[in-house]
Amino acid sequence: MHRVYLDNSATTPLFPEVLEAMRPYFIDRFGNASSIHHHGQETRAAVEAARESVAALIGCRASEVVFTSGGTESDNLGIFGVLRPGDHLITSTVEHHAVLNAAKHLEASGCEVTYIRVDGRGMVDPEHARQALRPNTKLISLMMANNETGVLQPIAEIAMIAADADVYLHTDAVQAAGKLPLRVSEVACDLLTISGHKIHGPQGTGALYVRKGVTVEPMIYGGRHERSRRAGTENVPGIVGLGRAAALAQAGFERGEAKRLGELRDRLEQGILASVEAAHINGLGAPRLPNITNISFDGIEAESLVIALDLKGLAVSTGAACSSGAIEPSHVLLAMGLRSEQAKASIRFSLGKQNTKEDVDFALSLVPETVARLRQLSPLWGKESVVR
Amino acid sequence: MGERERRPLDEDRKEKKRMSTNTIAVAMSGGVDSSVVAALLRAEGHPLIGLTMQLWNQRRLAGREGMPETVTGRCCSLDDVYDARRVAETIGIPYYVVNHEERFEKEVVRPFVEEYLSGRTPIPCSLCNNHLKFDQLLVVSRQIGAHKVATGHYARVEFDEISSRWLLKRPVDQAKDQTYFLFGLTQEQLSHTLFPLGGMTKLEVRELARQFGLVIAEKPDSQEICFVPGGDYKAFIDAYLVEQGDALPDTAGDLVTTDGKVVGEHAGIHNFTVGQRKGLGVATGSPLYVIQIKGDARQVVVGEDKDLYSRTLLTHRNNLISVETLDRPMRVLVKIRHRHAGAMAMIESSGAGAIRVTFDEPQRAVTPGQAAVFYDGDVVVGGGWIA
Repeated sequence: MHRVYLDNSATTPLFPEVLEAMRPYFIDRFGNASSIHHHGQETRAAVEAARESVAALIGCRASEVVFTSGGTESDNLGIFGVLRPGDHLITSTVEHHAVLNAAKHLEASGCEVTYIRVDGRGMVDPEHARQALRPNTKLISLMMANNETGVLQPIAEIAMIAADADVYLHTDAVQAAGKLPLRVSEVACDLLTISGHKIHGPQGTGALYVRKGVTVEPMIYGGRHERSRRAGTENVPGIVGLGRAAALAQAGFERGEAKRLGELRDRLEQGILASVEAAHINGLGAPRLPNITNISFDGIEAESLVIALDLKGLAVSTGAACSSGAIEPSHVLLAMGLRSEQAKASIRFSLGKQNTKEDVDFALSLVPETVARLRQLSPLWGKESVVR
Repeated sequence: MGERERRPLDEDRKEKKRMSTNTIAVAMSGGVDSSVVAALLRAEGHPLIGLTMQLWNQRRLAGREGMPETVTGRCCSLDDVYDARRVAETIGIPYYVVNHEERFEKEVVRPFVEEYLSGRTPIPCSLCNNHLKFDQLLVVSRQIGAHKVATGHYARVEFDEISSRWLLKRPVDQAKDQTYFLFGLTQEQLSHTLFPLGGMTKLEVRELARQFGLVIAEKPDSQEICFVPGGDYKAFIDAYLVEQGDALPDTAGDLVTTDGKVVGEHAGIHNFTVGQRKGLGVATGSPLYVIQIKGDARQVVVGEDKDLYSRTLLTHRNNLISVETLDRPMRVLVKIRHRHAGAMAMIESSGAGAIRVTFDEPQRAVTPGQAAVFYDGDVVVGGGWIA
C-alpha cells in the first residue's frame, strides 16, 4: 500500500546520513567515552563533536549542553533540577505532559504551581505570567511551540518578565528546533529542551541547554558524566546521531526548509478548507510553526478519521492517546476553549523534511471523501445544526 | 517517502475494492472467544480490522472505600488490550483501540446505578450490547470501511427468506448461550453482525485457540460484570456516587410483610434483589425472602418462598426479532434471567407498547429490571424489560 507519513510531530524518520554517522559507533568505535585509552578518546571526541553541533543549532557554548535520553528527561531535569520544596513554578495549561505531569508531581511534593491559561488561539498572555509571580517563584516553564497546534508562545516577552523578576526560564523547544531560529542568547532562557527524534535523529536522545551559572541538581546519580549533571555511560551512537541531526537541521534551516514546509502546510490547509465544509483550523490567528496544522471537522470523531485514513495509507494523529492507545480529548484544545466534541473532532497533520507536494496531494485526495463518509454514517452530523 | 513501497495503481485499486466489499471489523476483548473469531476469519481470507473498545477506566475507582486497590486481567484493563494487540499482531491484522468511555458511562454505568437505586436489578451487558457493541462500534466499523462486525458471542444470526427477517438463534453450545443478552438487537444491527462461534462448543474454541498458537489460549473466562471488580456492586455504587460528588441517596426504609406489617428496617433498597434470602436482618421461624421492592415507598416486602411465585408479568421497551409485530397471542418459552431454564408461556400485546407474559406454571422471583426473552425453539422471538 502507498503510505504517506504526516505525523512528524510524533516522530520523524531517521535521515540516512544520521544512520551512517552512527553506524561506526555501534561496532568499531565502541569505547567508553570516559576511558583514558585510544578507544575512549575516539568516542569522547565524537561525543564532544556532537555537543558542538547541538550548541551550534541553539547558539550556546558546548559546555552548556547536557545530553539526556530525550525531551521528557530534559524537561524533567530542567524542572526538578532547579526547584526545591517551597518554591513556586509558573507554567501553562497547554504544556506537553512531560512538563504538566512533572508539575503535578511537584505540587504533591511541596512546591506551588500556577498554570496560566491560554486564549482561544492557544497563546498565553505575558501579563498573566507577570501577575502570577510570587516572592518564592523560582522558575517559569513555557513551551516555545505547541506540539498539537504548532502555536508559538511569546517567549521573548516572558523572558523579559523572568529576567526582571530574577526567576529562571525553561522552554520546551522540542517542536520548534529546526523550524525556528533558536538562539538561546536571543531567547534569553536559562534552560531549553530539545529532542533527537523530532529532527530526524534517533529516538531515545535529547539535550538540555543549561545556561552557564545555572546549577541543576541531577536526577540520576553515579559517575561524573555530563559535568555531574546526568550520570551514566554516554549513549555514544545516539549522541552522535543527535549531533548529526542537529547539524542537518541547522543546514536545512539555512537553506529555507522552514519556508518550504510552510508552503506545504498552507497548501494542505487551503486544500482541505476548500473541499470540506465545516472544517476549522485550531490556533488560527496566532503565530505558528510552519509544519503543523490542527483541524476540527464538525460532526466526526477524530478517532474514526485517524483509523480510516491509516487503513488508506495516510498516517496522521490526534493530540493525545491514553495508555491503552485509545484517544482522549486533547487538554490543549480544551484549554483553548473548544467543547469536548470539537476537541474530539480534531486531527493533527505534521509535516517533515521528507514530505513533498505529492504527499500533501495524497492527503488531499483522501481527507475530503473520508470525512464525507464519516459524516454520512455519523449520528452527530446533520441531525441537528452544529453550531460553532 | 514511500517511493520504494509504491505499487502499480491498479493493484492498489484492487486492494481498495476488496477492502471495501468484505472487510469485517472484529470486536476483540483480549479473551479466548473473540481472539478465535479473529483468527478464524483471517484463516478464511477476509480482510479484517481488529477493534478493542475502551469502555471503563478500571483504575478510576480503585482504592476507594470497599474497592480493590489494584485491578488486573479485567475487561478494558491494559492487560486485556495488550492481549488483544498481541493476537492481532500474531495473525497479522490492523488493530486499533477505540475510546467509548463517555458513552459507556452514560448508557451503561449510570443506568446500572440508577436502576439499583430505584429498587430494580439491572443487566448492564444487555445495555452495553444495545448501545455500545452493536451500535457505536458498528457505526465506527462502517465509518472506517468495514461492512460487518464480528464478535465472540455464542449465538447464531441467519437471514430467513420466508419472513425476510434476520433471525437471532441459540448457539450449538447451549451452556454458553448468550442470546438472553442479545434480545435488543434490531434488524439493522443483526444484518451487520457475525457470530462465528455460534456453531461451536467452548471446548472446540479453546482447542482452536491452541491450534492457532494464540497467546491467550489458556486465559480463564470472564464472568463478572466487567466494570465491577470483585463483583461487589454495592461497594461500586457507593464509590461511584462518592466520586460523582453525589451523596448516596437515602433509600433506607421499612421491611414489611406482604400484608403491610412492618417487621424491621433496612439501610437502602439498592442492597436487595427479589428472591434474596440472606442479609435481611430479621429472625423469624420460617425462612424469609425478598418478595418485592417498592422504590417509591422505600419498602422491601418480605415473605415466604411461596409468595415469590407469580404467573404473569409485563414487559416494556420491547424488541421483536423474528416477527415484526405481535398481532395475536403467541406460545413461547420465556427466560426471565440469564440462568433461568425457561418456562412455557403465552405472550400478547398489552397496550401502550407493553407485552403481557402469562406462564403455564407460576415462576419464582420475577425481578423488575431483568429481561424476559421469548424463544420459539432455537429462534429468539424478542424480549423486553420486566416492569
